[in-house]
Amino acid sequence: MAEQVYFEDVAEGQEIPKLVKNCSSQQLVMWAAGSGDFYQIHYDKDFAQGNGLKGIIVHGALKNAFLGQLVHDWAGDKGFVRRFSCQYRGMDYPNQEIICRGVITKKYQEGGQNLLDLDIWTENPEGQKTSPGTATVALPSKSA
Amino acid sequence: MTQPEQSVVTDEMRQLVGKESQPVTLEVDKTGCRMFARAVGHTDLIFYDEEYAKSKGYRSIVAPPAYTGTPIFTPGKGLAVGEVGGLSFSVPYKRVLNGGTEYEYLDTVCAGDVLTATTAITSFQERVASLGPMLITARETTYKNQEGKAVVKMRGTLIQY
Repeated sequence: MAEQVYFEDVAEGQEIPKLVKNCSSQQLVMWAAGSGDFYQIHYDKDFAQGNGLKGIIVHGALKNAFLGQLVHDWAGDKGFVRRFSCQYRGMDYPNQEIICRGVITKKYQEGGQNLLDLDIWTENPEGQKTSPGTATVALPSKSA
Repeated sequence: MTQPEQSVVTDEMRQLVGKESQPVTLEVDKTGCRMFARAVGHTDLIFYDEEYAKSKGYRSIVAPPAYTGTPIFTPGKGLAVGEVGGLSFSVPYKRVLNGGTEYEYLDTVCAGDVLTATTAITSFQERVASLGPMLITARETTYKNQEGKAVVKMRGTLIQY
């Protein structure tokens, strides 16, 4: 975990530290058990190819959880992730990088909270956004 | 994107919109939190170490983002959240895609919590896209904790084509 980031430290347009993932097939099996999603296209190559895929694919919900980690780690101990989302636009495969990134789109105060809206997404090695989404994070203030 | 020539949304389906499903009970336990956090690759110890989590002001190990507990499983009664009796409907499409997910946190979820989830279909939309005609079903699941407080809302879209 990095040092605590404060509301005063950030600005619209700023990119947050990226999180780089690279799933082994073992990680996908761990995710199946942890999430309860046992659909075979995520761990059975024959089954996946029988469904017209080139091989097993990374669970969309795991990529969403990666984005949850991206914003959780950025928010730090004193921040709070109010909301995060993504759409599943493209497939990602094991043993290649999934780069999780985020950019601050709006900085505002509402209901006594210091809030940031972000665009967040996962990117494949070709630079395509395979899971674009948004998040809202509350950050602590230095003056509070 | 355009509308399909023939709608697959029936009057019965339209009447489902906004109706709440039967509740599903999910247990948030320490092992479940750790398994989920480990599968994602989380490094924050609040998801693994109870004493550490308490030192940060939490009641117990924290449920990692998108973990809302494990549904209680009983053989022969395999109900999953969002696929609950009373909200099922059939359409002529064979293939299913998960369109996207949103989690909204109203409060922190910790190990020891027992959540009750109810799901409602919020809309049916029809489109013709590169995959052909499709039905997009939007659903919202509300998770309440043992004190009856809504703690998480999950919104999902399901694409059938």
